[in-house]
Amino acid sequence: MNKETMYDITLTINGVPYAIRVPGRRLLSDAIRQEARLTGTHVGCEHGVCGACTVLVDGQPMRSCLIFAVAAEGSDITTVEGCLDADGGLGPVQQAFREHHALQCGFCTPGFITTITGYLSEHADPTEEEAREAIGGNLCRCTGYRNIVAAVLRAAEIERGRADAP
Amino acid sequence: MTTKLFGERILRVEDPRLLSGQGRYLDDLAHDALGVAFVRSPHAHAKVTDVDVAAALAVDGLVAVYTYEDLSDGAAEALPLLIPHPTLTHGRTPYALANGVVNHVGEAIAMVVATDRYVAEDAASRVVVSYDFLPPVVGIAAARDGADLVHEDVPGNVAARMLQEVGDAAATIAAAPRRGSLSLSIERSASMPMEGKGVVARWDGDDESLTVWTSTQTSTSVRQAIAAKLGLPVDRVEVITPDVGGGFGVKIVHPWPEEILVPWAAIRLGRAVKWVEDRREHFISSAHERGQLHEVEFGYDDIGVLLGLSVRFWHDNGAYTPYGLIVPIITSTQLLGPYKPRAYRVEFDSLYTNTVIVTPYRGAGRPQGCFVMERVMDAIARDLGLDRALVRERNFIQPAEMPYDHALVFQDGRPLIYDSGDFPATLAKLKALVGWDDFAAYRDAARAEGRRVGIGLACYVEGTGVGPYEGGHVRVETDGTVVVSTGLTTQGQGHQTMLGQIVADELGVPMERVRVTTGDTRRFKYAVGTFASRTAVMSGNAVALTARAVRAKALRIAANALEASPDDLEIVDGQVRVKGSPGAEIDLGAVAVLSNPLRYAFDEAAVRATQFVIPADPTSPPVASGEAPGLESVDYYSPVRSTFANGMHAVVVETDPETAEIKILRYCVVHDCGTIINPMIVEGQVHGGVAQGVGGALYERMEYDSSGQLLNASYMDFLMPYASEVPHIEIDHLETPSPLNPLGVKGAGEAGVIPGSAVIASAIEDAEGIVINAMPISPSDLFGLRQAREDG
Repeated sequence: MNKETMYDITLTINGVPYAIRVPGRRLLSDAIRQEARLTGTHVGCEHGVCGACTVLVDGQPMRSCLIFAVAAEGSDITTVEGCLDADGGLGPVQQAFREHHALQCGFCTPGFITTITGYLSEHADPTEEEAREAIGGNLCRCTGYRNIVAAVLRAAEIERGRADAP
Repeated sequence: MTTKLFGERILRVEDPRLLSGQGRYLDDLAHDALGVAFVRSPHAHAKVTDVDVAAALAVDGLVAVYTYEDLSDGAAEALPLLIPHPTLTHGRTPYALANGVVNHVGEAIAMVVATDRYVAEDAASRVVVSYDFLPPVVGIAAARDGADLVHEDVPGNVAARMLQEVGDAAATIAAAPRRGSLSLSIERSASMPMEGKGVVARWDGDDESLTVWTSTQTSTSVRQAIAAKLGLPVDRVEVITPDVGGGFGVKIVHPWPEEILVPWAAIRLGRAVKWVEDRREHFISSAHERGQLHEVEFGYDDIGVLLGLSVRFWHDNGAYTPYGLIVPIITSTQLLGPYKPRAYRVEFDSLYTNTVIVTPYRGAGRPQGCFVMERVMDAIARDLGLDRALVRERNFIQPAEMPYDHALVFQDGRPLIYDSGDFPATLAKLKALVGWDDFAAYRDAARAEGRRVGIGLACYVEGTGVGPYEGGHVRVETDGTVVVSTGLTTQGQGHQTMLGQIVADELGVPMERVRVTTGDTRRFKYAVGTFASRTAVMSGNAVALTARAVRAKALRIAANALEASPDDLEIVDGQVRVKGSPGAEIDLGAVAVLSNPLRYAFDEAAVRATQFVIPADPTSPPVASGEAPGLESVDYYSPVRSTFANGMHAVVVETDPETAEIKILRYCVVHDCGTIINPMIVEGQVHGGVAQGVGGALYERMEYDSSGQLLNASYMDFLMPYASEVPHIEIDHLETPSPLNPLGVKGAGEAGVIPGSAVIASAIEDAEGIVINAMPISPSDLFGLRQAREDG
């Protein structure tokens, strides 16, 4: 069997450009984890159902296990590591998750953080029902979701507070 | 003043790391490692006549292909039967790679090692296996029939038959004023942690030592197993559990074939080797649970008191029995819940089928037992026209009867004796929380609007904190940091926080100073594992006892330095001080320095401990007799028997008159896990358990076809609850301390899941007026039951 054709691509992840060399079949999730060594993005089902691998691609939540790395060439990607505040402290969604015990094992959590970050950028003041709907495509086996719903509402509150701050 | 941490909602110390993407799960380690893929059987039952690897060898990047023939010594032996039980007369375990026969779809036949997982899968797809097919045995009916055998030397597919009886159940039932019988079944589900299994192994040829990282619930026992199977001295093997993305039982089984094969290959290749289970592999080669069929007979009196109970059940243990009979033993003993029938007989067969092995999944046989017992309670209430809560009250063990001896043998081989609990109080709290007494009016009002609503309740008792023991190591560093380790592992339960709270309180130091490590055999080598809601009980008490010993030592040393009696000292905010004498104090870090008399001043702090600085009594040795250098200690907690937590759930459901869709309107929990260490974490455990209980009651089932193919082996097809399926959960607590351990704790990990099927069946039955005997129940199932009723 012959060596695979390799492609040189550039991905911008959390504001940092990564020049990487991958075969055409390399999944974006694997490229983020292996080539960029950002292992916060987790792979739970490898077929787009669980949402653990969700990253923001040009601001939109997408399942990185369903995208080839080469197809993301030139995209601006945000992972859970990029959801921290500029000073390195926990960002609003991460802080809300801690306050409300919205994680246990933490494996699915990065996909929730990115999904909620993307959602709140377009919905500043969700109701509880809307918050539940917003996380409706992500699986968690530990928490029963109740505290995650509370964390969505709390994160929205933190973000609104920051927006109102002088 | 040091604030008391025990009992408080302390935020988790684990979270900042996990939330910022800095967790280190198995697949986050060893980027330099070779990748592994397995060739797994696509057939449920077959002889393997040939494995042709020639085509795989041509794949660029391939490093090695191994079949059973390549395995040597212990690696070629059958895997261990972890929990031998005298009644497990026909225990069978698999080989790490199939030895001439495969007994379920997914059983590993060949191991492929390559430069990465992509290439390993390319090569694995080119391995050609030839089979002679054997008839597959799928499901309890086929196994009981016994016409076809899973293992040709196991007659009737019966791995074990076990009987326990207290009193004469048959005679008691025959003599009872009223009698009933039920046939009750529960289908298969599985733990399904979001992270599957995975193993990394590194062999250091210079040091002749092996380091293994594995996503396990017991690193210490994996270490022993690897050393035994690979013929290594155990002190040449260390096993580290990194962050684990959920376990729920499936990761307590060990050694999985991969936990032997990956280290075995790493030694042979002299390279780091990594295998990470993918989701399909997890479905078809890890473990399932729950599948049981129960035939129940019972006799009771005219006011609903259960007199005699006889349960005959059949447990589908899958293809092998590496974890023994734990699940059916737990069903057979924990079935009794908070009740006390005068006579009880339980007998089960544990049966082989050509399906994935069955080992504990959170709840571990209790959900089935609870379903059986609570169906009996509802049947009695229905027959007598009595309130379902009242019937339960009439059968409760009373607080004055504690400790209550059931005269049965529990899963740990020790007597089934409940340590404490107040079941009438728990029920009273639940009735108040859900509004039990007002529900009839609500149901009638809903009926008038054309809506069908129903309420159900279910009660359980959970044996928690089983032995034999756990230990703790606590050391105060010279900078005042307190390092704590315990041998059992963590899969998301917040052990670092919970154990940190205990140690911080016992030592009188701020939480920020405490660092807890779990599941790393380099730090602590003696442990059992994390299962059976046992960490708070076992390791919680172990680190508490250890911290007390360290505290006593600190006081002895500080007393010398402060020229006071140890009895006059206290430790507050990390300072040892003389009670009522401000200014007379010494930092715990400084006490740690003094605890280690030195010759060499290797740093500034050490100067204080050198021989020309410490005031010396020339007549006694620098380290007193009975003491050891260092402000540290090791201690163990080993209970005489298990603690027993309990709880009761109530649920309100609405069923759609046309579509039979089942919607949960309210879900209420009253839970008694003894003294609570961190209510936030306990509630989180309850939430997660309830979600899995709801999944097991309404959605999750393993769909095997008659040829043994698992038809829904993906997250797309196996329906686990999303946020839209899990109701808002209302919780109230009762704290009945356990008299068995110093902290009075009982454990909470599994509780939430146990009554799920029982309580939801009860509520659907109430809404529909149709008797529910099988769970899970889908809208289609309910629709079918309605049709059957109409058809008479």
